[in-house]
This record gives sequence, C-alpha cells and structure tokens, in this order.
Amino acid sequence: MSQSYKPFFHKKLSPLTEWLFVLPSLLLLALLALPVLALLWRAGSEGMLSLIAQPSALSALRLSLQTSMLSMLIVIVTGTPLAFVLARRKFRGKTFLELVIDLPVVLPPSVAGIALLIAFGRQGVFGAWLNAIGLTLPFTTMAVVLAQIFVSAPLFVRAARIGFAQIEHQIVEAAYVEGSNEWQLFRFVMFPLAGRAVLSGAMLAWTRAIGEFGATILFAGNLEGVTQTMPLAIYLGLERSLGVALALSTVLVAVSFMLLLVTRRLENHKDDSPNH
Amino acid sequence: MLLSACGGASNLSRTLTVYAAASLTDAFTEISQAFEAENPGVTVVFNFAGSQNLRTQIEQGAPADVFASANTKEMETLVSQNFIHADVPQTFLTNQLVVILPKDNPAGIRSLEDLSKPDLKLVFAAEEVPAGRYARQVLENLNPMFGADYKDEVLANVVSNEDNIRQAMTKVQLGEADAGIVYVSDAVAAPELQRIEIPNEVNVLAEYSIASLAESANTELANQFIAYILSPAGQATLEKWGFTPVNP
Repeated sequence: MSQSYKPFFHKKLSPLTEWLFVLPSLLLLALLALPVLALLWRAGSEGMLSLIAQPSALSALRLSLQTSMLSMLIVIVTGTPLAFVLARRKFRGKTFLELVIDLPVVLPPSVAGIALLIAFGRQGVFGAWLNAIGLTLPFTTMAVVLAQIFVSAPLFVRAARIGFAQIEHQIVEAAYVEGSNEWQLFRFVMFPLAGRAVLSGAMLAWTRAIGEFGATILFAGNLEGVTQTMPLAIYLGLERSLGVALALSTVLVAVSFMLLLVTRRLENHKDDSPNH
Repeated sequence: MLLSACGGASNLSRTLTVYAAASLTDAFTEISQAFEAENPGVTVVFNFAGSQNLRTQIEQGAPADVFASANTKEMETLVSQNFIHADVPQTFLTNQLVVILPKDNPAGIRSLEDLSKPDLKLVFAAEEVPAGRYARQVLENLNPMFGADYKDEVLANVVSNEDNIRQAMTKVQLGEADAGIVYVSDAVAAPELQRIEIPNEVNVLAEYSIASLAESANTELANQFIAYILSPAGQATLEKWGFTPVNP
C-alpha cells in the first residue's frame, strides 16, 4: 500500500463509533493486565520478596534456570535444521509433519504429561527399550527437560521456519551463482539473515519452557531439587505458604516479561532490516 | 442458574457445591447419586482435591457449601478464620493407611521393612497433604521397630511428592512407582494392587471432618447433605468403600 498508515483513525469518527472500538479493547486489556498488577502489588506490599531467599525457593529457581537452558540448547540445535528443511523444501507428507510439530502447542499440558508417561514411562510403550539401555525417565531431571522441550520446541520451529522462509529468493539465487554449496548458503546467508527470527523464537520457547507445569508434574513428578521447578513450587507453595508462592510468582513474571521484551525488540528490529 | 446464584429463589433446580478430599471421590460420588434421587431437583457438584488445596481455595473466597476434610487440621484452620462456625464440624468417618504395590510388584517388596532398601522408587503425597503427613507419622511410629534410621531411609527413596493422594496412587497403578502409602479406602478403589497391611499399633487414625460453610447460600441443603452422610445409608456406603464409619 502506497498510502502511509496514520496511527489512529485517519477520518474523524463519531464518538459512538470510537467507543465501539475502544471499550471492548479496554475490557480485554483490563482482564489481561489486572491480575498481574494485583499479584505484583500484593507481593511487594507485604514484603514477601525476601522470601525468595528460602532454600526451597532458591532450589526451584536454580532448577528452572538449569533445565530450561538445557532445553533451549537442545531445541535450538535440533530445531534449526528442521525449521530450515520445512522452510526451503517441498516433500510428500510435509503438511502432516507440520501438524505433528504444531500439535504440542495446542495440547493441554496435562495431556502432554500423560502422553509422555504412557510413551516413556517405566511401563510405557517404549519403556522397555529405554530400560534395556538403562534409562528410566520418570522422576528425573531429564524428564523435566523432555517435558519442556515437548511443549516449547514447536514454538521455536514455527518462528525459525518463518524466518528462513522470508529470505528473498534472489539472495539465495545470488549465493548459488557465486558458487556456494548448501552448508555455506546456510552458514553465511540464511542463518545471519534469519538470525533475528530464530532468536526471537528461542526467547518465546524459553518463556514457555520456564512456565511449563502440567506435563512436568505428571511425567517428572515433584521433588525439591530434582524436579520441582518454579511453577511446581508455586502451585504447591500456595498451600504451604502464600508468601513463598507470591515471591516465586513475582520472579516468574519478571523473567517472562524480560524475555518477552527482548523477543519484541528482536521482532521490531527485523522490520527495519534490509530484507524489506 | 442465574436465579440460584442470586440466593436460591427457585425451588426447582438447586446446586450444592461440595469440596471434598480426593480420597472421598468414589464414595461421595455414589452417595450424591442417592442423595439426588431422594431430593429431586438437587444437583451435587464436587471439587475433589487435596484437603490443604481445598482449604486454600476456600480461604481465597471459593464458593463452597460443604467442606469435607481428611483431617481436623484444615477444618480448624478454617474455623479460626471464621469461614466455618466453631461448633459445626463433625467427624464422619475414620480411615487408616496401607502400603500399596503395583500388581506385579516389580521391586519385590515383601514387608514394611523392605521399604527402606536402597534404590526404590516411592511416591507419597506431599507433606502438606493430610495423607502425606499421616504417612510420615506411620514411618515415625515404625522407627522403634526397624531402627532409628528407618524413616529417613524410606524418605530417601521418595521420588515424588504428589499434590493429592489419588495422584500418588495413580503413579503406583501405572507401575511407575515401586510402592506408595495410601488410605485403606484408596486401596479398596484399586483392588488390582497388592497390599502390605500396617499393624494397628503403628497405624494412624485419620479423622475426617465435615462442615457447612458460614457464607453458604444453601445452608439448609448443606445440612441435609451432612445429615445424609451421617445416616445409616450414608455410613453404609462409606463402609463399602473401605472407610470406618462413626455411626455403624
């Protein structure tokens, strides 16, 4: 569109029409913003933030960071090639594969947990094979990592795939003309150009991984220091001590907020890139 | 539905909201069907969860009419905060604990003492859950019999602390855990599992308490429900599901 887009309504609307736009939006905004604000207010005003220094809170924080970072590493290393192939290749069954990859996003986390348990539990469908190589997954920290990967990888793959797909074909053509092979194309052209999309996808996936609860509690269980991540500690802490739960919730809100901020900045920067 | 939310103006469809401990799932569901049959137009809706979880919800303003707890502690907490009037709670059954094993007993556990063997996977309810607290009490009671380290050795085998007793039992049923300690009534609901009895002298006597909430808009109906629980019919159903009635 050649006409530049004015920020609000570029024709003067009647007050009634304006309110028709603004009122529903305000209601939704209120629903989205008020719970978080109330949480932060309550946590701060009752001086609960100091409770973050409790051993159980610190243990949950440490475990959340460690597991989510490992999850992200695995997601990025395995998800980037997958996203690349999905973006640049056509093959039979591709649509089905994409559905399979997208499914964990819409699956309720408890269903994901049950599915992981039925698949990889000791008595699971694949449990016997895992036992044979000496691996039991339920109740381990690795199970936490797997649950996080299961729910967050699709977010990453989707974002990275869009990033790879948006690279203009002329640039790829030019690279081929210059004589680059597939690896050089990926390493020197596609990855740098799609870098921002990949990174913002990783941030989003990381936020999801840190917040993962349902699949974790069902598949990995709940044990302080081994499988009790921040969301689990908050849920169970609520029954024990509201203060610890509030403190951890505040930390989780802050971490998620920062990750989203970085994601948003990356996305905005993308719009200014020479690609467009 | 809107009418009943405004205070029970309608005589016809009335809903009773019962918050009950997870271990009461089967028994209370069956009792509610009989209660609804005797009181046409009444619907009983349940929220089954760990008693400590329900207590937290009620503290935060959840709209329950009846609260049935697996211990007296959660009840007393609510009384002290005036969610329930002081003379209202009644004990309506007692329960005891038992050790359960998956039906094929993968770890070959034969006795209570075996629970302290290394490298077992035990799943208990968390300590805040009544069942979890009771289980740890039983282990404490067994220390004189099996040595002062027994309780610690058993607790070292715990791989997960679940939020309610049924979730712990599910892990045993799925074969993911080698053993668990649940209520006798839970074992009745899962007859395929193997059991190891806990002797009376070291077992706990869990007192389940029931009360109507002070803020309930359905106090009369709530009291009718509680009366049914304490009636011969109600107590017989509880006994069928493995609980020990207070009014035999």
